[in-house]
Amino acid sequence: MEEISKHFLNNNRRHFLKKLGLGIGGLAAASMLDPFSSIVEAADSPLKGMNLPHFAPKAKRVIYLFQSGGPSQLELFDYKPLLHEMRGQDLPDSVRQGQRLTGMTSGQDSFPLVGSQFKFNQYGESRAWVSDLMPYTAKIVDELCFIKSMHTEAINHDPAITFFQTGSQQAGRPSIGSWMSYGLGSLNENLPTFTVLLSRGTGRPLAQPLYSRLWGNGFLSSLHQGVQFRSGKDPVLYLKDPDGMTRSERRKMLDHISELNAKQEQEFGDPEINSRIAQYEMAYRMQTSVPETMDVEGEPDHIIRMYGADSAIPGTYAANCLLARRLVEKDVRFVQLYHMGWDQHDNLPSHIEKQAKDIDQATAALIMDLKQRGLLEDTLVVWGGEFGRTNYSQGALTDTNYGRDHHPKCFTMFMAGGGVKPGFTYGETDDFGYNIVKDPVHVHDLQATMMHLMGVDHTKFTYKHQGRRFRLTDVSGHVVKDLLS
Amino acid sequence: MQDNEKKSSYLFWYFLVPFLLLLGYKYLKSDTSNDYSNIETSDVAMVAANEVLPETVDYIFHVKPILSDRCYLCHGPDAGTREAGLRLDTQNGAFAALGKNKDRFALVSGDTISSEMVHRILATESSKMMPPEDSNLSLNNYEKQILIKWIEQGAVWKDHWSFVKPIKPEIPVVDIDNTIDKFIHRKLQEKGLSMSVKAKKEKLIRRVYFDLTGLPPSLDDIDAFVNDSSAVAYERVVDKLLNSIRYGEHMATSWLDIARYSDTHGYQDDLERIMWPWRDWVISAFNRNISYDEFIKWQLAGDLIPNATREQVLATGFNRNHKITQEGGVIDEEYRNEYVLDRTNTVSKSLLGLTMECAQCHDHKYDPISQEEYFSFYAFFNKLDEKGRMDYGEIPKPNIKITQKEVKDVLTFINMPDSIPEVNLMVMKDDKQTRKTYILKRGAYDNHGDEVSEGVPETILPFTDKYQKNRLGLTEWLFDEDNTLTARVAVNRLWQQIFGTGIVATSSDFGNQGALPSHPELLDWLAITYREEGWDTKKMIKRMVMSETYQQTSKTTKTLLENDPGNKWLARSSRQKLTAEMIRDNALAASDLLVEKIGGPSVKPYQPEGLWAETTSGQGLTKYIMDKGENLYRRSLYTFWKRTMPPPAMLTFDAATRDFCSVERQKTSTPLQALVMLNDPQLIEASEALAVLLLKNKNVSDKDRIKTIFRRITSRTPDETEVEKLLTFLNDTETNYDAIEKEEFQVSSKFEELDISKKRIYAFTALTSLIFNLDEAIVKG
Repeated sequence: MEEISKHFLNNNRRHFLKKLGLGIGGLAAASMLDPFSSIVEAADSPLKGMNLPHFAPKAKRVIYLFQSGGPSQLELFDYKPLLHEMRGQDLPDSVRQGQRLTGMTSGQDSFPLVGSQFKFNQYGESRAWVSDLMPYTAKIVDELCFIKSMHTEAINHDPAITFFQTGSQQAGRPSIGSWMSYGLGSLNENLPTFTVLLSRGTGRPLAQPLYSRLWGNGFLSSLHQGVQFRSGKDPVLYLKDPDGMTRSERRKMLDHISELNAKQEQEFGDPEINSRIAQYEMAYRMQTSVPETMDVEGEPDHIIRMYGADSAIPGTYAANCLLARRLVEKDVRFVQLYHMGWDQHDNLPSHIEKQAKDIDQATAALIMDLKQRGLLEDTLVVWGGEFGRTNYSQGALTDTNYGRDHHPKCFTMFMAGGGVKPGFTYGETDDFGYNIVKDPVHVHDLQATMMHLMGVDHTKFTYKHQGRRFRLTDVSGHVVKDLLS
Repeated sequence: MQDNEKKSSYLFWYFLVPFLLLLGYKYLKSDTSNDYSNIETSDVAMVAANEVLPETVDYIFHVKPILSDRCYLCHGPDAGTREAGLRLDTQNGAFAALGKNKDRFALVSGDTISSEMVHRILATESSKMMPPEDSNLSLNNYEKQILIKWIEQGAVWKDHWSFVKPIKPEIPVVDIDNTIDKFIHRKLQEKGLSMSVKAKKEKLIRRVYFDLTGLPPSLDDIDAFVNDSSAVAYERVVDKLLNSIRYGEHMATSWLDIARYSDTHGYQDDLERIMWPWRDWVISAFNRNISYDEFIKWQLAGDLIPNATREQVLATGFNRNHKITQEGGVIDEEYRNEYVLDRTNTVSKSLLGLTMECAQCHDHKYDPISQEEYFSFYAFFNKLDEKGRMDYGEIPKPNIKITQKEVKDVLTFINMPDSIPEVNLMVMKDDKQTRKTYILKRGAYDNHGDEVSEGVPETILPFTDKYQKNRLGLTEWLFDEDNTLTARVAVNRLWQQIFGTGIVATSSDFGNQGALPSHPELLDWLAITYREEGWDTKKMIKRMVMSETYQQTSKTTKTLLENDPGNKWLARSSRQKLTAEMIRDNALAASDLLVEKIGGPSVKPYQPEGLWAETTSGQGLTKYIMDKGENLYRRSLYTFWKRTMPPPAMLTFDAATRDFCSVERQKTSTPLQALVMLNDPQLIEASEALAVLLLKNKNVSDKDRIKTIFRRITSRTPDETEVEKLLTFLNDTETNYDAIEKEEFQVSSKFEELDISKKRIYAFTALTSLIFNLDEAIVKG
């Protein structure tokens, strides 16, 4: 079998690679599947001539901690004392400036301003503002790079989250993780390049839903689709062998399959057969490597304590943070987490408290854990949701209760590690926390910056589909140079 | 300046000789019909730099692909981004006088020195160079030489092939019956290639079964065909399959991708919708072989046909299969606009082969479609009394109610269970005739530009007064003899379905950026024949599968792989992989589990637990509740499609997401596919069922059992070596079973009563699963 596949790879690399759907970056993966091959080019690869990465990357891996639902910047990071002073007063038209509102508050008679119910303090040498909701995050602000001036175009969840993940509000484009998998390829030979972990928050019982297209490959090869890692007995769909089958039996079966397939290949000469043989081998390795990665039994107590008690409960955000560290330790290129439940239209104070508690400790622990292992240097951690929330209350404002609607014009995100400035805050909003007054960062700018950190020029990294060259940042986006360390 | 002068002087000598040779060459001439003769059709963008230049450089096949891909972005149809007043997509524009003094020319026929283009593409300084550095586009040496040679040869201009009306080409004189073969033969001859031998009978019958019905042949079918030595044996099979009701189901499957059919609304909470009666109609329409023009007319405008029947109205559900949101707080008009855009894009992509959506925000960058024309086309679909946001539990208007009585009397093709007294489903209805359509500036729903009325991209065929200004008129325009695209696009898609790749490989893009036809005359001949024969789809498909081209072996050789890796010239059959639906249906059919019932509500077979529950908001379809009994074993086209969380095994095998219209699926090979084949409970169950089926018969040897299982899954009789290997595996597995006590392994309850040992069932199940995992099990033949 080996001889045949060697022969083929040498004679027909181009076709082989095309079928595998691999780009230049993917070549690294291909050469690992085929230890003796030293593939240098795929003449018909759409990536030909792009020379990815375009320049030396600062980050080799990404952990994207997506906070689904739209966390309120006003309760977490963007401190606005004026909103306390003006509590209950109507949002001035001069501030709103005709901004379109969602149908959930457009019918309200008034837009009563409301400040955070949670206290703010400045922390660290960087003197970053953080509320009492995030005590663990407060302790590590000198590692973080805050962007206070994020803005987006969408005002509803479905288009807004799709925009963040794919660069377009409407479905159909590849997810950012798929782009990275396609362009930069795999760093390891046992795990998928792009993995996805989901968790449900405690902050809102009816959380915003998620859609598998958010980690979909769009028009790229399905080889680049995000692979969901789940808690439970089958961490990757269909990973577990049928009941009763032993590993040695599985091995034996695969050997037979390879042998019989190789015989077919000799008869029909179809290079696709060899790529299938290689894919079966990868599947076999995943059957071992995935459960190994998911098994946190061996993690010492102090690590579990560091991430919080939840990290011992599979499927929680904390457990997923721990898994994210284990995945990047094994050189998984892109780890995408989603934590649901940040959509606090009503009962915001009580709901956001629980929601923040879900994530605060584990997020901080993840960053510090990466740091102590020397992984933070070349791993980019990104935290944020799909939009922010309004400075006025949705529904009635009472002494103890209020809600906030979606707000696209400003919100806060933070990053850490992989080439971003630590202990740094970028951008400013007005005293109302409604408009950006300094250094706006658009969704496409953030995507351009993330790609830049990965060594990719977002304007040059395109994929031709149906006659048009598509890119993650569509037709806009600027690298925010000030964020780079 | 100095550098420039040096350059010019070099250029002068460089071009002097060819220039002199070209003196007296006829200037500027234009062709208005397609002459495909003597054209080396090759995809310029893919040609390596050292490729030999063609004898005669053809504008359409050699030059325009370069201009379109590298130049149109700034010198193309979009006036908004046009640089230096130069447009290269029209003849007038390309040869126009430029500059302040109108004394410069991008192109001068036969005169490379006066042609500014030549200087620009050869320039090395960044201020002059074209394409400019910051465009991230460039030309390789071959491409530069093509442009130069074309100018030398007189820069003969032609209109884009697909915007020129097809004319029935002369049929090549080759001593073969099937016209398709005549065209294929001639091209092969030109390439110094020849057709491969016929496929072995058991390969051929598998291939044609999958291509016409999506299902494998039974062992009896195979035996009957193999033993039928008559000259018409194959034709008999083909006729049988075209008349089988499985044909309609199979044809419907691709149409559901085009129609972005789904059982849910697709946005946010992704609520359930009922559109399956429309799907049942599609199956029936294919089985009745309703002519393609009627098939489309009913779907686009059935409601507008005078005295429209219920069936014709039902057919318009086609354009209500788009996604609809119920997300709280959305702006109604924003989403209503999305639905109209979706209908516009679906129709242009599937029926015209145009990426018209590129003209949504600005004039098209590559094709002659202005933004005004885009919104004129949009106007046809903008007359519905519909909402942008639907409520929970609402059936969006316009809709119709279908009752059991109607199903019994008229709509007999709908499989409506007795438990369902009536259903409501969405259809088209122009209740808002007076709604005005505006150009939406930069595509934004709230940014109105000029008002427009119903119209089309005029380059294809002007929308004159002879057509009604509504969707019915649009169908008349589509099927007008002078429409240059409809028939070509339709036969190309049929070709793609049968041969794996279209004659135009980009079946959704016949525009300037699309692939060029590999066999342009054949495509035109097929297109015109399709129309002349009354758009008879079965007849056209029969012609394709009866060709020698189709019946060749899929074996390839080193030489063929080197010369034609993508099998463009068809010197062999492409070894095509089964689709997601076929893979599962093959397993169900091979194991006798398949329930061959047509139509009805979609079903929920095996799916890993928790996938819906993990991502839901708690509203709508919160939990996947697996069906029981026969619904687990229906054909895959009936599997319930939740758009935000589609059946994972189907997606893994490249099924379309159904978020929008899709005319072609990816063909990939991934590790996740291997995991599905190895461990999907549906496949394990099929393996066990097939194993037990064979074990029940006590009077057969294990070798014969292996042969039968192998044949049921792959349609081929394995040779002795293969049988021996599989027997070794079987025996080893049995021996191993004794050694390690299989406590975890449970025989399905339905087989517990049988007088067969657990060990035997285990070993045969593993063996069957192994065979399901062979490459041959997931290819057609």
